[in-house]
Amino acid sequence: MPDSGIGASVTRKEDKRFLTGRGRYTDDLNRPGQAIAYFLRSPVAHAVIKSIDTSAAEAAPGVVAVFTGKDMETDGVGSLPCGWVVKDKHGEPHKAPPHFPLVRDKVRYVGDHVAMVIAETLAQAKDAAELIEVDYDEQPPVIDAAGAMQGALLHDEAPSNLCYDWELGDEAAVDDALSKAAHVVKLDIVNNRLIPNAIEPRAAIAEFSPAHDSYELFSTSQNPHLLKLILCAFVLGIPETKLRVIAPDVGGGFGSKIYCYAEETACLWASKRLNGRPIKWTAERSESFLADAHGRDHLSSITLGVDADNKFTALKVLTTANLGAYLSNFATCIPTYLYATLLAGQYITPVIYCNVKAVFTSTAPVDAYRGAGRPEATYVVERIVEVAARQLGVDPAELRRKNFIQPDQFPYQTPVALTYDVGDYEPALDQALKMIDYSGFPQRRAESEARGKLRGIGFSAYIEACGIAPSAVVGALGAGVGLWESAQVRMKATGSVMVMTGSHAHGQGHETTFSQVVSDYLGIPYEHVEIVHGDTGQVPMAMGTYGSRSLAVGGSAIIKACDKIIEKGRKIAAHMLEADVGDVEFKDGNYTVSGTDRSKSIGEVAFAAYVPHDYPEGVEPGLDETAFYDPLNFTYPAGVHIAEVEIDPDTGVTTIVDWVAVDDFGKVINPMIVEGQVHGGIAQGVGQALLENCAYDENGQLMTGSYMDYTMPRADNLPSFKVDMTESPCTHNPLGVKGCGEAGAIAAPAALMNAITDALGQEIDMPASTEKVWRVCQSRRMAAE
Amino acid sequence: MYNFDYHRPASLAEAASALQGSDEAKLLAGGQTLLATMKQRLASPSDLIDLSGIGELKGISVEGDTLVIGAMTTHAEVAKSDVVKGFCAALAKLAGGIGDPQVRHRGTIGGSIANADPAADYPAALLGLGATVVTNKREIPADSYFIGLFETALEDGEIVTQVRFPKPQRAGYAKFANPASRYAIVGVFVSQGPSGVRVAVTGAGPSAFRVSEMEQALAGNFSPDAIAGISVPSDSLNSDIHASADYRAHLVNVMARRAVESAS
Repeated sequence: MPDSGIGASVTRKEDKRFLTGRGRYTDDLNRPGQAIAYFLRSPVAHAVIKSIDTSAAEAAPGVVAVFTGKDMETDGVGSLPCGWVVKDKHGEPHKAPPHFPLVRDKVRYVGDHVAMVIAETLAQAKDAAELIEVDYDEQPPVIDAAGAMQGALLHDEAPSNLCYDWELGDEAAVDDALSKAAHVVKLDIVNNRLIPNAIEPRAAIAEFSPAHDSYELFSTSQNPHLLKLILCAFVLGIPETKLRVIAPDVGGGFGSKIYCYAEETACLWASKRLNGRPIKWTAERSESFLADAHGRDHLSSITLGVDADNKFTALKVLTTANLGAYLSNFATCIPTYLYATLLAGQYITPVIYCNVKAVFTSTAPVDAYRGAGRPEATYVVERIVEVAARQLGVDPAELRRKNFIQPDQFPYQTPVALTYDVGDYEPALDQALKMIDYSGFPQRRAESEARGKLRGIGFSAYIEACGIAPSAVVGALGAGVGLWESAQVRMKATGSVMVMTGSHAHGQGHETTFSQVVSDYLGIPYEHVEIVHGDTGQVPMAMGTYGSRSLAVGGSAIIKACDKIIEKGRKIAAHMLEADVGDVEFKDGNYTVSGTDRSKSIGEVAFAAYVPHDYPEGVEPGLDETAFYDPLNFTYPAGVHIAEVEIDPDTGVTTIVDWVAVDDFGKVINPMIVEGQVHGGIAQGVGQALLENCAYDENGQLMTGSYMDYTMPRADNLPSFKVDMTESPCTHNPLGVKGCGEAGAIAAPAALMNAITDALGQEIDMPASTEKVWRVCQSRRMAAE
Repeated sequence: MYNFDYHRPASLAEAASALQGSDEAKLLAGGQTLLATMKQRLASPSDLIDLSGIGELKGISVEGDTLVIGAMTTHAEVAKSDVVKGFCAALAKLAGGIGDPQVRHRGTIGGSIANADPAADYPAALLGLGATVVTNKREIPADSYFIGLFETALEDGEIVTQVRFPKPQRAGYAKFANPASRYAIVGVFVSQGPSGVRVAVTGAGPSAFRVSEMEQALAGNFSPDAIAGISVPSDSLNSDIHASADYRAHLVNVMARRAVESAS
């Protein structure tokens, strides 16, 4: 195995600063003369604001300014946009009610932004906020997605609180196939709402320079370029050249830091209002719970048709998706194009139909969260397949095997728009069965029963679409942006390399992985590669990090830029070696004249490029190349997870006794980092299935607004994972990579719920709380007595 | 957090006089509830009287058959104390299961019982062992100390100085923790000691309480089977998003049996 190139488990170079407390996070930064912003948030879920009196707050000690939505309106500040237009089943665009950074006349969820107080200190800002008098005319809140269409109207622009009624597939064909199926299997499921919990809360420092008439924003963003684009083009109406966004070290995102939020927008605007005073805001954890975009929140009715030979014939899925009070930037595409398109799973199902009704409720906005639509799809597919196996009385592993798309069928056109380029599903299943000792399960179950415990085993043969995505494809589906990525590779005169990448890292270890790739590809020492990201002032226009796209798309852009470096270097080397360009080969960092031992290292070539005293005619000095990569297709990571659980019927406590994951991520650059991503993903998936649940009460108050009530998974909730990999390289990107960041979170909930319901012999919804599980155990006990 | 005046008295007498000098003063022990509440602006004491400088409130000792724990002794100190382990292992175990390491290194026994959170662990130990709460003014038996939700027998100006535990022959504690906060959804402390068998429950009700029916059954036969059929009524028990009242009632029985089983 190489020490530091592709395939090596190199220790992460970024960990030295993270683990020694030397990371540089937004809240660590301070600007001279900064003032502190605090947001007065709505204490009620739904109300018309009859009046806001800020006079006492403005007069309070230390207060610099108090702003409301009216002030922003006066300045022409726009709505936070939704960047993906989804057309409903009638071809009409989704309902797009405005989402102003500070509300104008109505609040629509607890945590909504009523006013911004800027003061010399945070305590002064909070003191002043208490002096703001708001006259709320309370309206009935709309909490549950199920009843949202009958609830009080939240936006005049969206009758029945319906954002869109969307479909994919041929409903008549699916109904016909279901009517002819030998078996029809039905299941209703809840995909519970989650609150992302990045370890670093969101923060921003905005500074307008009157002297330069330009802005600088430090922000905890996963994609500073997109944030800049949205702020400039849609919200504040300033030239893109006048705003620099810097996302320094960022402590986790999981999707919640993709979006342009009210707070950083308001800080940026306010800094100009206040003639260049830097404005700093750092979220408190309570604010993160209340107002960062939440995830999931689907209700689905599933029907699967199976023929007499146990082959799937049709799948019908009717889903209601809760989008919350306003449309977050990508809210519309998550329960549609990132969800329904994955409903084929790893299986041949000839016809599939999905209908999605997306509704507004008086809850926090909902958008992408680790997996973003694909966990919801996998949960639909893998739960109904497991239930089908139980109803048909067949082994769940074998039912899956029977319906797998076969290796010779790739590229495989699914009935839900996607074309899988490559895959090989049986080896992962076989390996997972072996690793969990599947044949020994009946004995283990009997042993558990002898101890008064219930034991269950559950599968999840997931697939996901990563590496989002071909710009023309997503454009045709309504995306407002292209989804390519950029890279700039800058060889220095002395042979080291700077790589400017649009793939922002906030825990993924890109600095290590990308360095391995560049080191391997250019044949220069790993230590000589420096990765620069997260600064729109240094990195070319970019699209950022989400959807497990960094290596598949961002890494491919780096390869393309490296190719340009190599090609230009070949011309310079040919001149230096007095050979024809066509005779010069590049390998392991050296240009060599074919068939000779005459060679120049890439470092020598770089030096010549910057000191071009003796230089080829017509070739520009310097060795600094930029590339943009637009993927040809999504990538399709897939795999099999198997969970084994033991339940204590006395308490309802579920213990995960074993977990195997066999994933196909294509080529793997750093196995240690990939394994870490799998571990973290599974932990989040276990969190969703067993522990986490965002709950609002009937008044719209968030009942799980702190770690006292919102249950994050912890080390003692998790087993020691057994992780292995298969490899069918992606066919359409230069590295053959697929992406691994979300797989665990996508696969895990179905595996765990399948195991728990196997143990219980009864369906329950997520999260499988101890009380829910205990109630089933109690009813089993009563029935047995 | 609102502004307040901070005091750090060096003696109990000084603390008592500072407390008397203000209507809105609060005693600061480990601050694990009070400071969080103040940060959320849900409490606004005029004065904070920090007890951490008073040496006489600290320490663990055995006086004859009595274990004495100073009010300002942290949970971590109790958990790791060989004296406590030798006197009553279940008490050390209970302290070691409170909150997380950070909480255990700041939170104190006096602070916990003065706050009397319905889901705190210590109330079960005090009731379950028949402890005595000692204040700067008097001694209060645990049985008459815990009155209700966040309510104790402490009067204005009264400062907990120590807790005295009689030595049990055996004792056990079993806790069903809230998965998020790790407070007790139900915690049951059982002991057999000088005043007979005691069964005390925390987490389930508005305040820690004893289960006399279980105590009687265990007095005759100190085994899990003796109480297998004894249930507590769910009507007055707590109900929240983590556990309904009848689930809690069920767990009282399960935890009581496990506590008996673990008693040593």
